[in-house]
Amino acid sequence: MGRPVQYNTKIKIVKMPDGYTGEGFFATSFDKVVGLARANSLWPLPFATSCCGIEFMATMGSHYDLGRFGAERMGFTPRQCDMLLVAGTIAKKMAPILRQVYLQMAEPRWVIAIGACASTGGIFDSYPVLQGIDQVIPVDVYVPGCPPRPEGIIDGILKLQDLVHNESLRRRGSEQYKGLLESYNIQ
Amino acid sequence: MTNEFIKQKLTDKFGEQITNWEEPYGMLTFTVPAAQNLKVMQHLYDEETLRFRFLTDLTAVHFPDRKGEELSVVYHLHNLVDNARIRMKIFVPIETPDVFTASQLFSAANWMERETYDFFGVNFVGHPNLIRILNVDEMDYFPMRKEYPMEDPTRIDKDDEMFGR
Amino acid sequence: MSEPQHHIKLAEESLQKQTTTLNLGPTHPATHGVFQNILEIDGERVLEAVPTIGYIHRAFEKIAERRPYYQITPLTDRLNYCSSPINNMGWHMTIEKLLGIKTPKRVDYLRIIIMELSRIADHLVCNSVIGVDTGALTVFTYVFQLREMIYEVFEEVCGSRLTTNIGRVGGFERNFTEASFTKIHHLLTLLPKGLKEFEILLNRNRIFMDRCIGAGPISAERALNYGFTGPNLRAAGVDYDVRVASPYCSYEEFDFKIPVGTNGDVYDRYLVREGEMWQSVSIIRQALEKVEALEKEFPDQKHVFYAPEADHFHLPPKEDVYTKMEALIFHFKMIMGEIDALPGEVYHSVEGGNGEVGYYLISDGGRTPYRLHFRRPCFIYYQAYPEMIKDGLLSDAIITLSSLNVIAGELDA
Repeated sequence: MGRPVQYNTKIKIVKMPDGYTGEGFFATSFDKVVGLARANSLWPLPFATSCCGIEFMATMGSHYDLGRFGAERMGFTPRQCDMLLVAGTIAKKMAPILRQVYLQMAEPRWVIAIGACASTGGIFDSYPVLQGIDQVIPVDVYVPGCPPRPEGIIDGILKLQDLVHNESLRRRGSEQYKGLLESYNIQ
Repeated sequence: MTNEFIKQKLTDKFGEQITNWEEPYGMLTFTVPAAQNLKVMQHLYDEETLRFRFLTDLTAVHFPDRKGEELSVVYHLHNLVDNARIRMKIFVPIETPDVFTASQLFSAANWMERETYDFFGVNFVGHPNLIRILNVDEMDYFPMRKEYPMEDPTRIDKDDEMFGR
Repeated sequence: MSEPQHHIKLAEESLQKQTTTLNLGPTHPATHGVFQNILEIDGERVLEAVPTIGYIHRAFEKIAERRPYYQITPLTDRLNYCSSPINNMGWHMTIEKLLGIKTPKRVDYLRIIIMELSRIADHLVCNSVIGVDTGALTVFTYVFQLREMIYEVFEEVCGSRLTTNIGRVGGFERNFTEASFTKIHHLLTLLPKGLKEFEILLNRNRIFMDRCIGAGPISAERALNYGFTGPNLRAAGVDYDVRVASPYCSYEEFDFKIPVGTNGDVYDRYLVREGEMWQSVSIIRQALEKVEALEKEFPDQKHVFYAPEADHFHLPPKEDVYTKMEALIFHFKMIMGEIDALPGEVYHSVEGGNGEVGYYLISDGGRTPYRLHFRRPCFIYYQAYPEMIKDGLLSDAIITLSSLNVIAGELDA
C-alpha cells in the first residue's frame, strides 16, 4: 500500500512575546522567553500504572498525537523530564516509589494527576489505595475522568503549558514554594 | 462424565468422609475434612477415569457465624479431557487455620495460596514461600475477613456527621 | 596497626560473586505496567528472577462485598482494562445464571459482536507492544488507528471508550442504533486490511522472527500445571477455549477455529493472537448475519435488547424515569441497591482476552454478594514467568513479559 507523502502546511507558530523590536534586535523580558521555551518543550515522564495508562498510550499514539504540543519525546528517566504524568491508581505500596521518582526529577518540575484515581482515589475507597497522589507529592493539574478521554489529557497538558508559560522565574526560589515542599517533607 | 459417576468414584474410595454433596447450578460440590484435602486431590489427579488435572481456582470464604469452621477454602478443579468441573471445599477453624498446600501437585496453587493467606490468613502447611503477595508486608491483619472495614482509615474528607461514611 | 579504612562498603562475599543482581521495575518503561523483578544475571543471561507484585492492589473483592450487584460492573471494567466489555458481560452472565435468566438470541449475538471486538482490541495492543519491544514501533502507530475505530463502536453503543460498563443484567441498557451497525460494518471492511498490513510488517520479518522464535518457551505440560488459559496456553499446543468447552452466549452456533501453537514461545503466542483476531472478524461477520436473518424473519425482534425476565433487575428507560412515577421509584431502588438477589453459589467463566475469566459468587440473598472471587488469568500464569525466562537473555525476558500480556489491573486486582 503506497502512502503519498503529504506535508502539513498548517503549522501554528507561537506568538512572539511583547517587546521592543528594531533593526537587528529584539528586546523582551527574560521571563517571557524562558516561559515560552519551557512551555513548548515539556518532556513527559509517564508514570502509568493502570487503565488511565492505556488512554495515555492512545494520547501518545498516532490518532491524538501529543507530539503536536512539543511533548514528543518521552523521557522514561526522571532526571531528564519536566512533567510527571501520573496515570492510574497509586496503591500505598507504590506511593514511596512515586515519591522517589518525583525526588529524582530536577527543578523545575510539574506534575499532572491523570484520572480520578490519581486525583482522589476514585472509586477505590479501599484500604490499599492512596486517596489521591497529592498526599505524597504536590500536583499542578488534575484531569478528571475514569479514565479521561485523550482529549481530556491533552486539555490538561495545555492547561499546564499555560501555567508553565506564565510562571515567574523567581517562583522556585520563593519562600512560598519552599513552604509547599516542606509540607511534603521534601528538602 | 456425569456428576453421579464422580460421586460414585469418590464414595468408593473415601466413603463417608466426603460430605455435603450438592449440585448448585450443575457443578458438583462436596466437603472434605481439612486433613484429607491433599489425599482427595491426589486421587482426583491420579485416577485414570477422573483426571482432574487442572486447578482452575483456589480461594477462601469467611463465615464468622459458623463456630469452629469459620474459614472455608474452595478449590475449583477441571478435567480438561472430559470437560467436567467440580468444586471441593474444606472448613477450618479460624484459630488454627492449617491446610495442606496443593502447590506440590499444581504449580498454579503457589500464588493462589499466597493470595489466600494474604487475604484470610489461611496457613498452608508445606508451602515453599508463604508470605504476603498483594498487600504491603507491614500489614498486620488479614483484610478480607469480615470484621475489617473496606475503607481507608486515614481518609478524613469523607467524614460526615449526618451520613457517616 | 589499625585496619585500613575503606570508603566503599561492599556486601559480604560480593567480591566472590560472579553474577549481577539487577532490579527491573516497578517503573521500568519496558515492563508496560508495574511489575518488579529482581533478576540475577550472568552477563546477559538470566539465572533467576524473583517477581514482586501488588503495586496496584485495589481490593476489588473487598469492595465487591460492599456494593450492590449493579455497582460491581464498573469494578470488572478495571480488571482487564484492555478488554473490559468481556469482563462486564461475564459478570452479567454470572448474575443471569444465578437468577436463572435466559437471554434472547438477539442479545446473545449483539453481545458476541461486542466481545469479539474487544478481543481484537486486546490482542492488537498486545501484539503491537511485542513489536515495540522488539524495536518495531511502526506497527504500534498503525494499530492504534484501528483500535480507535473499535472504541468508536463502543462509544456509539454505550457512551464510553475504555472502561465501558457496557450492558445490563439481561442484555443491554439501550438498543443498538443504526449508526453503530454502520460503524461495525465499516470497521469490518477496514479490519482485514489493517490486520493484513500488520502481518506483512511482522510475521515474516527476519529481525522479528530472530528475536521471537525460541524466546520464553513453556511446554504444554508445565503450562497446564501452572494453570495457563487463553492464548498463552493455546500457544503451547493445548486447544482449550472456554467458548468451545463450556459455550455461553450461543457461541455453540458459531463456526470458528481455535489457533494453536507448538512451542509456546513468544512467536507462537504472537501468531496465536494474530490467528484469533482473524477468527474474531469471522465471528463478528456471522453474528451480524444472524442478527439480520433474525430481524428479517421476526421484524419485532428489532427492538429486543434485553430479556423481559430480567425486568426486575433492569433499569427502566430514561424516558419512562422522567415521566412515570413507578419507573422513577424503581430506578431509585435499583440505583440505591435495594433489589435483593437469590441466595446461591455460582461459578461462571468466559474466555477473556487473556484466558478464562471466572466469577465465583456466593450470594446470601442480600443486596450485595456475600463473597465474590475473580479468577484472574494473568495472576495465575504470571507466576510461571521466572521459569520461562530462566537461562534466556535479558532482552528475551522483556519480550516474554509483553507477549504474556500481563495486565497490571488484572494481576493485582
